[in-house]
Order: sequence, then structure tokens, then C-alpha cells
Amino acid sequence: MSDTPNPNDTPESAGQEPEEPRTPHRIIGTPPPAQSRAMLADETGDHHEPPPELPPVPDNPVRARRAERIVAACFLLSALAGVGFIAAYVGLEVNGLDSTLRSNLALGTSLSVVFLGLGVGAVLWVRNIMPDVELTEQRKPLASPPEQREEFAETFNAGAAASGFKRPLLRRTLLLATAPLAAIPLVLLRDMGPLPGTSLRHTVWRKGMRLIVYGPNTPLRPADFSNPGQMITVVPEGYQDNQVALAKATTIIIKFAPGQLRPPTVMNWTVDDIVAYSKICTHVGCPVALYEQTTHHILCPCHQSTFDAIHGARVIFGPAPRALPQLPLGTDSQGYLIATSDYHVPVGPSFWELGGSGFTGGNES
Amino acid sequence: MSNSKGLGGVGVFLDDRTRGAAPARRFMRKIFPDHWSFLLGEIALYSFIILILTGIFLTLFFQPSMTDVVYHGVYHPLDGVRMSEAYASTLNISFDVRGGLLLRQIHHWAALLFVGAIMVHMLRVFFTGAYRKPREFNWIIGIAIFTISIFEGLFGYSLPDDLLSGTGLRITQGVLQSVPIVGTYLSFFLFGGQFPGHVIIPRLYIIHVLIIPGLLLALISAHLFLMFHQKHTQMPGKGRTETNVVGAPMYPYFMAKTGAFFFFVFAVVALLSTFAQINPIWLFGPYNPSGITAGSQPDFYMGALEGALRIMPNWVSNVGGYTIAWNVIIPAFVPLGIIFGGAALWPFLERWITGDHREHHINDRPRNAPTRTGIGMAAVAFYGVLWLEGANDVIAAQLHIPLYTLTWIARVSVFLAPAVAYWVTKRICLGLQRKDTHLLEHGVETGIIRQLPSGEFIEVTRPVSEEVRAVLESRTGLPQLPAPAPGEPGEGVPAPSERGAMGKLRVRLNRVLTEGIPVPTGNGHGNGHAELREGEPAAVPSGADHGRELEAGSPDEEERPSGH
Ligand code: HEM
Ligand code: FES
Repeated sequence: MSDTPNPNDTPESAGQEPEEPRTPHRIIGTPPPAQSRAMLADETGDHHEPPPELPPVPDNPVRARRAERIVAACFLLSALAGVGFIAAYVGLEVNGLDSTLRSNLALGTSLSVVFLGLGVGAVLWVRNIMPDVELTEQRKPLASPPEQREEFAETFNAGAAASGFKRPLLRRTLLLATAPLAAIPLVLLRDMGPLPGTSLRHTVWRKGMRLIVYGPNTPLRPADFSNPGQMITVVPEGYQDNQVALAKATTIIIKFAPGQLRPPTVMNWTVDDIVAYSKICTHVGCPVALYEQTTHHILCPCHQSTFDAIHGARVIFGPAPRALPQLPLGTDSQGYLIATSDYHVPVGPSFWELGGSGFTGGNES
Repeated sequence: MSNSKGLGGVGVFLDDRTRGAAPARRFMRKIFPDHWSFLLGEIALYSFIILILTGIFLTLFFQPSMTDVVYHGVYHPLDGVRMSEAYASTLNISFDVRGGLLLRQIHHWAALLFVGAIMVHMLRVFFTGAYRKPREFNWIIGIAIFTISIFEGLFGYSLPDDLLSGTGLRITQGVLQSVPIVGTYLSFFLFGGQFPGHVIIPRLYIIHVLIIPGLLLALISAHLFLMFHQKHTQMPGKGRTETNVVGAPMYPYFMAKTGAFFFFVFAVVALLSTFAQINPIWLFGPYNPSGITAGSQPDFYMGALEGALRIMPNWVSNVGGYTIAWNVIIPAFVPLGIIFGGAALWPFLERWITGDHREHHINDRPRNAPTRTGIGMAAVAFYGVLWLEGANDVIAAQLHIPLYTLTWIARVSVFLAPAVAYWVTKRICLGLQRKDTHLLEHGVETGIIRQLPSGEFIEVTRPVSEEVRAVLESRTGLPQLPAPAPGEPGEGVPAPSERGAMGKLRVRLNRVLTEGIPVPTGNGHGNGHAELREGEPAAVPSGADHGRELEAGSPDEEERPSGH
């Protein structure tokens, strides 16, 4: 392979027998000259009568005979395991977790044994039956000889001259033709998605929309909170199954003891000391799912941004740059919690067009 | 080859049409040097083959669709749950298709092994200097393979659309959205609108099963072709020179060995998939943007990125009504940019610093290039800190360290650890060099104590064996540029390449890079080659006949500093 149709030969191969090995002495195994190969195993000094490169018999016939039996046993084991695999496939039903795990165990074990048998057998074969050899192959320098480079340059220049590529008008118009061609694939990608517009600035929350408890799918009255310190995930009514809406609108509400909340929490966006914050982390968008009652910390499990629920969910640690936006809360005529408007600042991760107005909360202290 | 039967019928048929006998024969006699570390690339290759085989099986059953369905399959805990078809079909692969769970798990374990093997293989190539001329192309191709593989893994991992992978996808989208100027647009185009949309799984699917595998196949083929054409490097040893390859021939030795190795890799992956559960998506539930599983970890190759995101302070700038999210773009692009970019540039940088334009086919022992080894270990430490920080919550819980303290430790160590790793590694390398020198000069201590007539006790030493000597003497040192001697007129005038600020920098870097302990000079050769055996021009450029000489100076003209 290494010395096969050598790219080095290209320039001159036109007029020459392509497969003629021109440097036979570099290739190991070519009968003469003998010094290009050496059995390095032991008799390095003996250059006169080079032994055959690959002796046809094992180094240790006794060991080889024993190994042969072991190798055969390995291959046999492998064959049996293969049959076992097929038997397990046919015989073991899968129709649930337990049966699947049983089938997995049987199929996996037999498959492993198939490969282990083959692998161990092959290694023992190489080690004990094939004679131990070490051959030496000469390297050719990778760079082409200077004549060949010269010839290449000549051929190339001759081609370039014959092509007339030097004519500026041809060259420039050709280049000009390719420029829009290169743009076309990019243009074709345009319809992969809509333009963002201002969609990142809004969620589906509207005035009067009820807060629905995520999971049980029920609306919520302030009195449903038995005691302070609870955190509940809520979603906008009517959007429970709309993933695109939920990816921005999911909200957490936390009940506090009277007087616990502090600015910059907006007090008249709370109802009975219940405050609502966006659940979408302002770092890169994970749901901030952990709430520590004693410290009032909201923690994002992804990269541990920590928000202070008492102080308007401002950031107190981690990579999130902005407070979790607060959702203005109210109650409807039936006493259920509702939003009184959308979030006033964009929720979720930062984006180029966000701008300074998106930052209402504190920074890491 | 003097087989009396000659080519068989098939051989004649083929050769009549291809004239392939001679090349095929050379192919059979291609020499493969033996060293355990050369198997690392093979692990990666075989994992890739396993990935293709199992991946094709998975495509037969997987539905890349985000259409909502209500599950009524055999896995009862999720009965009646709304989910995407992608998630439902992954449940079906796991619970309805016989062998489906096994092949899914093999696919996933092989993915981890693939990326892991690539990483270790790259470290091997770096630490032995195997990337040097003429193998820079293959080094760059390898970096491209590594980068693409990480994306391949991330996208594959996202396909089942479970809660865990969906969260990963959410993070990916958040990062994309934070990219200055174009981020919002990139995100909207990729996701077909707002996150999560309805097209991302089918799009990732086609990237995962067609586009990236195709690219990888092309790159891996190029990688192997170049490796074949340029021939393997070899570790230093007796009889090994810059102009030969010593080892076992392809046929039958390497074929049998590598075949066995393929079986072993497959066996290991199959064993893991039998006994070590991976990615039990049925426990996570379908993706929902409102939910998240706590304490979840991404695949290990995403760990460093995850750690970088965690470690970063929350810096952002607002400039003229626009937001630059440093808190996201720095961790997302800078650390891996440094590692990948640095790795890609390093061979050329090293070549510039050493002025060494020779071909290298004998690998360096890592100790013999202390600065390079130190830099490599610094990169490992840098990556390692980020990687560990990617699991900081787990570590904090295990070690009972407060989470924030741990993050602060990581924020400091990400700068400190590489520096310490560099310094310590370099000292260790120089120490090992000194030990080698000692061995060469004084031989091996035999443990036999003899009393001299004078009454003095000495320990008998015996010279190292020829094999060991050849390895120890492989330390030729990196080429030193001649010192510029600006004050003196005449011969002391620095070469043009040493003038100016860049030239001074180059010489300074050269001094750092070439630091080492001289090899004892057995026969007065300044280049530290105690004996140049016949036919072993180890320090001579193998392409010297028409290659370039050292650009400036050669090791023979200078004494190397004697370390510390
Ligand atoms: C070359 C590197 C590849 C890597 C690193 C890789 C990685 C992954 C990973 C981590 C998964 C998630 C498996 C899970 O559910 O636990 C996956 C899923 C999948 N991969 Fe690959 N893969 C590769 C190549 C391929 C190829 C070549 C194909 C097909 C021709 C393929 C087809 C699939 C399919 C259909 C799935 C989804 C099914 C499922 O998740 O169970 N993959 N891949
Ligand atoms: S997404 Fe919340 S900290 Fe990263």
C-alpha cells in the first residue's frame, strides 16, 4: 500500500509503466537485496543466509499444539454462545420491564461470550501458533524528488497556459458567476424558521388568565396554600399541553408569611403574600425547580444559579445575570389566582436584542 | 510467496481485471509497529464501526417525530402519558423490540467509548510528539473528528426526547440564543421558531444518522489513508530508526491481532450493556419544558462545557440597547476554543520555535520533551477542573463542601491547576531524564554489595542492556536556535530569523522548549548520541537528501543547558 501507485509518481507516470516497482530494495520481502530486511529476533549478525521472513512453523510446536486445542475450544464456545443468542431471542418474550431485563441479560451475555471467545481465541492463536517475527521495512522520504516537483510545476503551468485562464475577462466573469452560486444554498435555508420578531419578549400570559397547577391541572385559590414556604409550579390556563408556550410561560408561586417579602419584589403584584416568578432560568433556560424554605433560595439545578425569593428573585450566586421576572398576580371573581398582565420583562436566557431594559433585578453579591 | 499454486481462481479473476497482485502483496507485508498505546486509535475506530452497525438497527424502529401521542405500550408506569412519537418509539425499542434495549445500550456505551478513546488517543499522539512533520494533517483531521464526534453524541443523546436530553437541548438552545448578533436568528432557524417547536428532533435525526456519520466516515478514511501512506510512527528502541519501520506484517499478524481487538472492544461494550444500565429513559419521563430531574448529568464528554457554564460569573454587558451575554458565550466558546485551537496550532508553533523541519518517525518519550509534556498536562488539568466542576453538585454532596465554596475553588483552580501541572510535570520529566542519564552512565544497580580491598563497600552495577540503551539514548533533545549575540560583531550576528521582537520571543520560547538534561556523550558526539550505530541516522533528517536542513542551527552546534 505504502509504495503502491505513489502520488509522487504522478507527473511522470504518463509515459511510464504505472505499476513498475522502481525501488524494489525498499520493499520488505522482495528477494534481493537481502540487507533491506533483517530478522531482528536473534541472529542479527548473520547477513549471509537470511532466514525466511515468516517461518512456516511455530516457535514452540508443543506449546502450539496445546494452544490449538484451547483456541478451538474458544471458537467452539463462541459458536455455542451464538446459538444461545438465537435461542434467547426466540425463546424469551419481551413485554414489560422485567421480561426485557431478563432478555437483555440473556442476549447480552451470549453476545459478549461470542465476542470474547473469538477475541481470546484469536489472541492465543497469534501468540502461540504464529511464529514470533519482527520485520523491518524501509521508509521512503515523503517529499518528492526535486525533478518530480519540477515536472509537476511544468505540467501544471502548461495546463494553465493552455486553458487561457490568464485572460482577465474570462477569469473575472467566472468568479462573478460563482459568487451568487455560493449564496444560493444559504438563501435556501431562510425558510427553516420564522424571524424572531419580538416573540422572545412576550409569553402567553394575559390579564385574567388563571394559574393552573402543573400536573393536577387545577386552578388555585390563595387559601389552598396551607402554610408558608410552599413552592408550586403553575402554567397558564388553556396552554397545559403547549410546549412552546410552556417553555416561556411556566411560573412558580411561593407563599410567604405576612411581611416577609422585601423590595425589589413588587408588592402589589402579590396576593396574600403569594409571589409569582418565572420558572425559566435567566442563564440558559432550565426550569428553576429547587426551593430551599429556610433560606428562601430558588436554585436552578442546571448550573446552580441561586435566586433570592424574598428580594424579587434577584441573583445571589451563579451564572444567571438577571432576576427571575415577576408575574403580576390578582384573583378573579371566583377567587382563583390569575395573572393581571404578561411579564413586564422578557423571561429566559439573554439574547442580543434584549437590551438593558430586561435587567430589573440585582447582581451576584 | 513461492507458493506453487500461485493465485487461486478468484485471485486470477481479480488480477486479470485490476493488476492488483503487486499492491496487494505489499499491503500484506505492510509493517505495523507494536505498542500498547497504538491500540487507542483502534478502540475509537472499532467503536465507530459498532456505532454504525447498532445505529442502523435503531433507525429501523426509531420515529424521529415530535407529534404528540398518548402512550399505551407495555411499560405500564407511563400508560396514558402524553409524549412525542420519538420518545414513544424509544420506549418501544426498549420494551417491545427483542434485543432493542441491548442494542440501544450498546449504541450508547459505544458512543462513550468512542469519544473517550479519541481523547486518550489524542493525548498519546500529543505526548509522544507523533503529530510532528509529516503528520500535521492527520493531527488536524483528528481534532476535526473529535469536535464533530462531540456534536454527534450530543445530537444522538437528544433524539429520544426524554426529560433529561430535552433539558440538554434546552441548554444548547439557550447558549445558541445568547450568541451576539445572530444568536436569536440561529436559534429560530434551527428550531423552526421558538423552543422547542416541532422540527428539532427530525432535524437532529438527519444530522445524526446521515450528515455527521458521512463526514466522520470521510474524515476517518482520510485519517487512515494518510496513516497508511506515511506509515506508522514507532517508539524508540533497538534497530528502530527514522528511516525504517519495525514490527509485524499486516498479514497474518496485524490482521489477526486487530481482529481480536475488534472482538474485545465489542465484547467489552456488550458486557457493559448487559450489566451496566445506561440512559434508562423510561425513568426520566417524556420531555416537558416545565419539568426537570435534579442531579442529572450529561454524557461525560459534555462535562467540561457544563462545568465551564457553572464556573462562570454572571457577566453581561448592555451596549447601545443590545446585550452581550459574556456569562454564556465565554464558557461556551473560550475554554474548548483554547484547547482545540491550541491543539491545532501547536505543531506549527513548535516547528517555528524549534526551527525543526525534519521528518519525525520515532516518537518522543514524553519525558524527553519536558515543556511539551508540561503544556499537555496543563491542558489536561484545565480540562479536568472544568470537567469536575461539571459535576460540582455531586462532588459537593459527596465531600460535604458547600456548593458555592466548591465553585469558588474551581474558579481559582482553573487558572492555578494548569500552572501547577505544568511546573510539576516539567520537574518530573527532568528528574526522569536525570535518572536515564544516570542509568546510561552508571548502569543498573544489581543489589550485590562487594567489599573493595580498601575496605570500602560498593554496589555492583551492570551496564544496561542494548535494548534499554537504545531507548534511553533516544533522547536527542529538541533543536536549539543559536543564541543571538548582539554585542559582538562578526560571526555573532544573529540570523535574520532571530532579529526583532518576534525573533527574540522565538529564541526565548526556544530556550524554554528545549530545556533538558544532556545525554552522556559516549563518543564525543555533541548531539548526545552516544553511539551512532550503523544504519541508524536517528538525528539525521530522513528527508535530508532533498529536504530542508534545520532552519537555524542544529543541536550539534550548541551545548544544551544542563537543567537544574
Ligand atoms: C459516530 C458516532 C455516533 C455517536 C457518538 C452516537 C451517539 C448516540 C447516542 C448517545 C444516542 C442516544 C442513545 C440512547 O438512547 O441512549 C444515539 C441515538 C441514536 N443513534 Fe447514534 N451515534 C452515532 C452514530 C450513529 C449512526 C451512524 C446511526 C445510524 C445510521 C445512529 C442512529 C441513532 C438512532 C436512530 C438513535 C435514536 C434511538 C435511541 O435513542 O434509542 N447513530 N446515538
Ligand atoms: S440554566 Fe439555570 S443556571 Fe444554567
